[in-house]
Amino acid sequence: MANKVWAFVDQFKGKALPASWEVVYTGRKLADQMGTGLAAVVIGSGVQDLAQTAIQYGADEVFLADDPSLDDYRANAYAAVLAQAASQGEPEIVLFPTSTRGREMAGMAAVDLNTGVLVDVVAMELEGDQLVATRPVYAGKLLSKVVCKGRPQLVTLRARAFEKPVADASRTGTVTATPAAMAEDEIKVKVMGYEKAEAGVSLTDASVIVSGGRGTSNNPKLDPPADVTDEAEVEIWKAQQGFKLIGDLASVLGGAVGASRAAVDAGYIPYSHQVGQTGKVVSPDLYIANGISGAIQHLAGMRSSKVIVAINKDPDAPIFKYARFGVVADLYEILPHLTAAMKERLDK
Amino acid sequence: MKIIVCVKQVPDSAATMSVDNGKVSWGDAPLVINPWDEYAVEAALRLTEEHGGDVVALSLGDENAKEAIKHALAMGCSEAILVNDPAMAGADTQAVARVLAAAIQKIGDADVVVFGKQAIDSDVGATPAMVARLLGWPALTLVSQISEVNGSSIKAERTMEEGRQQVEAGLPAVLSIVKDYGEPRYPSFIGIRKASRAQVPEWTAADMGITAPEAMVAWPEVMEPPARQIANEIIEGGSPEEIAAKLADKIMEEKVL
Repeated sequence: MANKVWAFVDQFKGKALPASWEVVYTGRKLADQMGTGLAAVVIGSGVQDLAQTAIQYGADEVFLADDPSLDDYRANAYAAVLAQAASQGEPEIVLFPTSTRGREMAGMAAVDLNTGVLVDVVAMELEGDQLVATRPVYAGKLLSKVVCKGRPQLVTLRARAFEKPVADASRTGTVTATPAAMAEDEIKVKVMGYEKAEAGVSLTDASVIVSGGRGTSNNPKLDPPADVTDEAEVEIWKAQQGFKLIGDLASVLGGAVGASRAAVDAGYIPYSHQVGQTGKVVSPDLYIANGISGAIQHLAGMRSSKVIVAINKDPDAPIFKYARFGVVADLYEILPHLTAAMKERLDK
Repeated sequence: MKIIVCVKQVPDSAATMSVDNGKVSWGDAPLVINPWDEYAVEAALRLTEEHGGDVVALSLGDENAKEAIKHALAMGCSEAILVNDPAMAGADTQAVARVLAAAIQKIGDADVVVFGKQAIDSDVGATPAMVARLLGWPALTLVSQISEVNGSSIKAERTMEEGRQQVEAGLPAVLSIVKDYGEPRYPSFIGIRKASRAQVPEWTAADMGITAPEAMVAWPEVMEPPARQIANEIIEGGSPEEIAAKLADKIMEEKVL
């Protein structure tokens, strides 16, 4: 019996994104509901281990394209492998994680297979073989039901929106070797190098996010070092002291550091930390907003977080309406104590 | 160099969105150029400033899209084209990509096509990859820096979850630009004046020799997210240390850690 549900395992340098296993695990459940099997697709070089892990998370079969030409991620080469395999295997549904690679590969595969793609899906139901998916639009200010009229139905799933995957080491499955699909001169892209991101938990995978806004620079008691004299530099220096406190709490909680657009635009912290409509949309279990007023574009990016805590001097800050717990106070006064208190309670 | 920058008109990111009788509404909020597309326009302009050439702004939409086009012109694009065809209402991402690819071919001779990372209304972010695939050109998405361009290739830095990837691609190529690239310029007064007088040609699908592509994705329903019942509790009373301790206990009680 052919496996009609497929799941793409997104990996980089042999390491799978955590969201990949959510996709495999969700694919398993869909396949069971449809009375079919699940095939995982693993593309890379030296990635046989990932095929085995995919089986543990629920795959019956793994299409393994393991080739030196696939060592570096190149979107067109990867998408071509997937599309070629899918045009032969004719799956009903192909799931991807909503990652930088998942988005563009699903898009390219949609072109090759002349079908539609449903991006960043947070919920789905089956009506026969037809998926009815829900996805946020306008950064979650609205939700849209979407259906794909073509086949296969290509769907990228938002990280952390589906059940937490559980591996079963006793599962078995088959591995099917799958060839690369594009010749080197067709790919037209060369990867020259790679620089690792700063260490730390990625925002989209984080179960805890501690964020800072404009308020981080608002501490009159801080005296900058003598060589920092320019007004703008003083402000940035102060904000960075605030972000140090935020980083301390994040590290005790095993979380990631986020920021509002105001904080990023003011140069307090790099853009990669920005949460909101023009940054990253996140939904951690715990979101602690410090000195963030709660502009609508920030709220859109984090309001689906399970528990929101707001610390802000301004009692009228809109963020408090979305917060389970609020503290009207200076983040500089509260954060060091909160970090110590959490450390004690988590026994760290 | 000939560069085409694709821009989209969207409701301002500060808009409160609602659904009235099944129709999406942004109240009286203005329509603006998609914020991410401003970075794309900036990158396109800087490329021509360094290497010579012209930037053509391309948009798909109705009369409303003219504001996004005017903004791109005011920033410094030398010409603009609006693809406006009622048959394209209800187009999905791939239909849009097919129309843009056809327009890019009709414009002709482009060395680089630049997009913003994604549009803040539909949040799909697959159009650049699709257009590249349709044209058979390499796609360099999520570009934060362009380090070198010569007649036949481009070197750039891409951002991904794991870090930054330095890549080189043959031209012509499709790029999408992220915010790390650098602040977009403000339109100049002269630019705004020029933009307000500019005649923007409008093309239909037939003008490009295609029929409007069929949408593969349908969206039967748009809704407001269910209101969340959040019990707001302000933690107060005592010293900062006591407040922090109380808050820590409350967080532990939520059992999310």
